Amino acid sequence: MLRFDLAYQRGSFALSAKAEIGAGVTALVGPSGAGKSTLLALIAGLLVPQSGTLRFGDDPLIDTVSKTCVPAWQRHFGLVFQDGQLFPHLSVRDNLLYGWHRRLAAERRFTLDQVLALLEIGPLQARRPAQLSGGERQRVALGRALLYSPRLLLLDEPLASLDERLKQQILPFLKRVKEETRLPMLYVSHLWAEVDYLADRILTMEAGQLESGG
Amino acid sequence: MTLTPEEWQALQLSARVAACATLLCLPLGIALAWLMARRNFAGKFLVDALVQLPMVLPPVVPGYLLLLLLGTQGPIGGWLNAQFGIVLAFTWKGAVLASAVMAFPLMVQPVRLAFRQIDPRLEQAASTLGASPWRVFFSISLPLAAPGVIAGALLCFSRSLGEFGATMAFVGNIPGETRTLPLAIYSFTHVPDGEAAAMRLTLLSIALAMAALLVSHFITRRAERMLGCNEEQVR
Repeated sequence: MLRFDLAYQRGSFALSAKAEIGAGVTALVGPSGAGKSTLLALIAGLLVPQSGTLRFGDDPLIDTVSKTCVPAWQRHFGLVFQDGQLFPHLSVRDNLLYGWHRRLAAERRFTLDQVLALLEIGPLQARRPAQLSGGERQRVALGRALLYSPRLLLLDEPLASLDERLKQQILPFLKRVKEETRLPMLYVSHLWAEVDYLADRILTMEAGQLESGG
Repeated sequence: MTLTPEEWQALQLSARVAACATLLCLPLGIALAWLMARRNFAGKFLVDALVQLPMVLPPVVPGYLLLLLLGTQGPIGGWLNAQFGIVLAFTWKGAVLASAVMAFPLMVQPVRLAFRQIDPRLEQAASTLGASPWRVFFSISLPLAAPGVIAGALLCFSRSLGEFGATMAFVGNIPGETRTLPLAIYSFTHVPDGEAAAMRLTLLSIALAMAALLVSHFITRRAERMLGCNEEQVR
């Protein structure tokens, strides 16, 4: 489904990653500094690789030979950041609908009500991000990405900023998202407990290198 | 306190010139501030220096340069006059331009700072939600920079109200056309029995500046509330 072979260099850090990602949840694990977030940013279109290719199905997104590079906003990948990155000037509801408005009616896979129910965030709709707890914030961030109806969901350590108790609260939501939406997901984490609980497949990354036999 | 028609004229002209200069500086200042905060380009240092230049030069110098370039005999002014019949020198439109040039750096600085304080990852988050760069700018960057834009607009307006040197050099001191409050005060101090009028206009200037500060205070408060800055954090 997602196939990539990318090389990226900044300063003394060099990343080289080649893999194929199919349906279900693929975990990307490795020590911090291994380049997991950088790889995610390359896939999302927030960074541009020096060389390589990235395809989603038949859709070429990066090809440095033919100088193709589809910008982030046209890739239709959702990305959930470590710390949510909710828009502080918008209500929870407007945050949730931000990406939803960017999609045509026919492309939308979920309704606001479905996502509110799935993540149990209905009562938070009128609040501002500053009035949310860490766990609520991450659930809203996840809901916002889902309502964009992405064809691939990228999660960059979405639980890293939460304490153990909150992690245990959110993990079931992630599992529910996985089972009810069947969205392909690439999940960056350095915690095996999360990975064992969620992932169908594991890729390991070390010192900027990701090589997978498939 | 009653004003003579001449004093009224100076007040209205000042308000109009300052408002027009602010409106002129707003889009240009926001665009330039964003470029300076978010993009690296060749000659960025030079652009920065050029924008700041009016702040460190004696105001008469930019005014005189404007006259050389945009006067009816000047290369740009002559062309504008021949092609479009636009005359800037010794008109109130020229006063707007002189004020705008002098006040522009004061607009750019706070806006640039406001853009720099926005976490770029918020803009990235918007782009991963399908927002084009223009939409990211108008729905995320600009609203989040609103307090800086308001501060910049206020500084720009106030600086324009006080503009003296460049205005004098470029458009002169013509009653009803280019004689703004500071020029009127200056003129009144040079005629016999002008002290009372000069004092009235001085008080008026103070009132106008206070009003601008108050207005900006309330707008900033509203903007901050809108951005959720004053809300309590709950954990």
